Amino acid sequence: MTFLKVFAFSLLSLLVFTVFANILPQVQSDPPKEETLDTGSMDMAGMIAFGERLFRGKGTCTLCHNELGRAPDMLNLDLTADFASRLADPAYAGAAKGKTGARAFEIYIRESMQDPSIYVVPGFGKKGTNDTVSPMPRVDAPPIELTEVEMNAVIAFLQDRAGVKPTVPLPSAEEAPAAEPAATAQEEDTGPLTDPVEIIDSYGCAACHDLNGSEADLGPDLRGVGTRLSREEIARAIYDPDATIAEGYEPGIMPQDFGERMRVSELNLLVDYLASLK
Amino acid sequence: MTPGPIRPAFRAGIVMASLVLVAAAATGLLPDPAAAAADQGMNAATAGAPHVARGDYPTIAGMSSRTTVWALAQMHLFLAAFVLAVPLFSLATEFMGKVTDDGRYDSMAHEFMKITMAAYSFTALAGGALALALFLFYPPLMGYLLRVFRGQVLIYALLFGLESVTLYIYYYSWKALRYGNRKWVHMSIGLLLNAVGLTLMFVANGWATFMMSPAGVDTTGAITGTVWEATRNPLWNPLNLHRFLANIAYGGAIVGAYAAYMFLAEKDPARRAHYDWMGYTSNFIAILGFLPLPFAGYWLMAEIYSYSQQMGITAMGGVLAWLFIIQAVLIGTIMLAANYYLWSGLMRTDRGRKYVPYVKYVGVVIIGGFLVWVTPHTLILTPSEVQVLGGTNHKLLGPLGIMPAKNTAVNLMLVFTFLSFQMFYRSSRIPTSRFAPAGNAIIYALYIVGCLNIVGAGIYGYITPTVYKVGASVPQVVSTLVIIVGSVIIDIFRLRGAETTTIHWGRMSPRSQYALFVLPVAFTWLMGLMGYIRSSLRTYWHVYTVMRDNSAEAYIPTIGQAGNVITLITLGFMAVMVFVFWLSRLGETRQAAPEPRPPARTATETAR
Repeated sequence: MTFLKVFAFSLLSLLVFTVFANILPQVQSDPPKEETLDTGSMDMAGMIAFGERLFRGKGTCTLCHNELGRAPDMLNLDLTADFASRLADPAYAGAAKGKTGARAFEIYIRESMQDPSIYVVPGFGKKGTNDTVSPMPRVDAPPIELTEVEMNAVIAFLQDRAGVKPTVPLPSAEEAPAAEPAATAQEEDTGPLTDPVEIIDSYGCAACHDLNGSEADLGPDLRGVGTRLSREEIARAIYDPDATIAEGYEPGIMPQDFGERMRVSELNLLVDYLASLK
Repeated sequence: MTPGPIRPAFRAGIVMASLVLVAAAATGLLPDPAAAAADQGMNAATAGAPHVARGDYPTIAGMSSRTTVWALAQMHLFLAAFVLAVPLFSLATEFMGKVTDDGRYDSMAHEFMKITMAAYSFTALAGGALALALFLFYPPLMGYLLRVFRGQVLIYALLFGLESVTLYIYYYSWKALRYGNRKWVHMSIGLLLNAVGLTLMFVANGWATFMMSPAGVDTTGAITGTVWEATRNPLWNPLNLHRFLANIAYGGAIVGAYAAYMFLAEKDPARRAHYDWMGYTSNFIAILGFLPLPFAGYWLMAEIYSYSQQMGITAMGGVLAWLFIIQAVLIGTIMLAANYYLWSGLMRTDRGRKYVPYVKYVGVVIIGGFLVWVTPHTLILTPSEVQVLGGTNHKLLGPLGIMPAKNTAVNLMLVFTFLSFQMFYRSSRIPTSRFAPAGNAIIYALYIVGCLNIVGAGIYGYITPTVYKVGASVPQVVSTLVIIVGSVIIDIFRLRGAETTTIHWGRMSPRSQYALFVLPVAFTWLMGLMGYIRSSLRTYWHVYTVMRDNSAEAYIPTIGQAGNVITLITLGFMAVMVFVFWLSRLGETRQAAPEPRPPARTATETAR
């Protein structure tokens, strides 16, 4: 009888742990899948979009380049000013030293990806190295292994975010097909959304804002927002929501990561749509 | 000349040191394969790690290669952790018996070993099955690892043989080497046994950590260094320490469950008292191993971040982050169970009641710390839930989800767990020293200042950048250690010459014993979970960044799938342990001698 009691008790304890593991969010992480990409017919807009997918996917850049402060938050920084100030930093001794403009940005970003320690942004070096060694891995080596075309795409994306015209070459048809980031259960890549209503549904905007008849009131009413805010102000309110707070509302309520989660094209579509609400 | 009592121990030390030196020399001095290959015109060593296509992985009878290897590896690890840990504290207990001249310690140490003996062959069986499965299902990987570690596997086999020999001699010579100087000889054998056991574990850890943080090879996997360089990779020592401490905690918990079962099953008061004492000692060993474990885990994780920030973030902030919520639940369960058992122990002494009013405050801290630890930072929510909550993080509870709060919670839980133990320890001692009041005041001050420092450093963690946030955990750890170590030292002086009161071993409720069953179940499940996390950190690599896993099962399974597998392995392990306990009991069972049969009647008598 003692044995049965002890066994039943132990089994019950095991079941509690098992059930708990099964009620948590279930995520399966798949390895990157090699896919062919029609690089021969790619234009620069496609290259930038490809670069963004790599930045968020295979490149694993957003693991560190996010708002948590492990690395510069590339998706929310003013890259134009930021890149310029890094190149002007006396501590910078890379190949783009003394240069300015889009081409200098390209050189700087490329060397940052292939030799991250060549310049370490102050405060982001490995602990105990006085910002002389970067914790960032080379992106053209395992485990990331971006190809030349893929690195060009990431550079194009970051140049675009920095407000300069991408200077990287488009891939020719002869170049080997580039690897496409894997679709994982965590970040299933179904491509950017193309309908503003879908974007609003996908990111849950109407849950807090009165939008498309939702009558939600946690955030400001967005009916007729186009008459009150400019395109720039609307965009800023999405990717940096606490920069300006509407009267009667508190900061810290709207998620801070839409700038990271949204595609550039989605953000533009959403801003266009909201600006049209008059 | 009569040999002094230290000489056998000294001799054993020499033997142990020689053994380690021989092993190190053998691994380090093995022929350099690059040079050997050059001599022989071969390029085996300079070739990189093999590139394996999906079709190169054998499929056998539709079995899942990964699950089979996973189950066998975990089973081997559970058993190995147990059989390596028990001789460690068995030797310590034996030493206590010798020093205090208390035969009870010696009997208990012997009983510890009795359980280990039955488990040992199962460990070897699981290890052999694991090796077979690895060679069957992952031949290219095993071929590559053999190329990297060369003759070290032979040394491993040699050590395994030596482990068997010393284990058997240690156990079977117990009664032959029981008293006087012979006892020191016996303990020297025990020391040798533990030295060999630990070396075995360190060697195997070298293989496991090489797969996570390869060293001694270039980016293609070609061998560029010695076996020693491959073994001494960046994660080797952190894992060695972590497993060493975890093994002690685990072994203590398993033996505690054995004692609890025996306590519940026994009717004889003297035997119940013995098993109560054994359960208490085992729980003490488990907590002793467990208290520094979070710090060893912290070091391991810091080294993982240092080796590869990507790998660290995958663990703590990526796809595996939710697992640490389960880890928190399991560790919280262990803490609650261990404390509950200690509180129940207050009923063993007549002065224990004096401390009972404080238990509820300790309980509040332990449960409060547990709740903070399980609070996640960011939740996956539906839009309507976001609206109700007012954001993706709860305004009040969200801040409890980040590291400063977790560190504060775990340090306070450790401090108050130690306080539970200290209350029981004091309950059977009445201080008579003049230093006692002053010592008590210093201990109070240590607790108050230490806890304020832990909380203060936690608050500082909120208002400082990430880099310093991590640094803020150091003073917290130091505060915890100062409280524990300081209190122990002061109590030694404070209770010198103290009047001891009777501890009524066996005066425990049956319910309290169930806490000792929770510990091994939670520990076993936790070890399975952490094994899953450690392996998953390699993501889709057999050997991280060097040899890619292209098998059909190269994905990281969901928490639910992993949980189900871990539960099945734990059930298997429990079944083995029940059998082992039964075997160790069977050895003591004596069949009653048959009644002498009356002499057979003769034919003449029968005729009458």
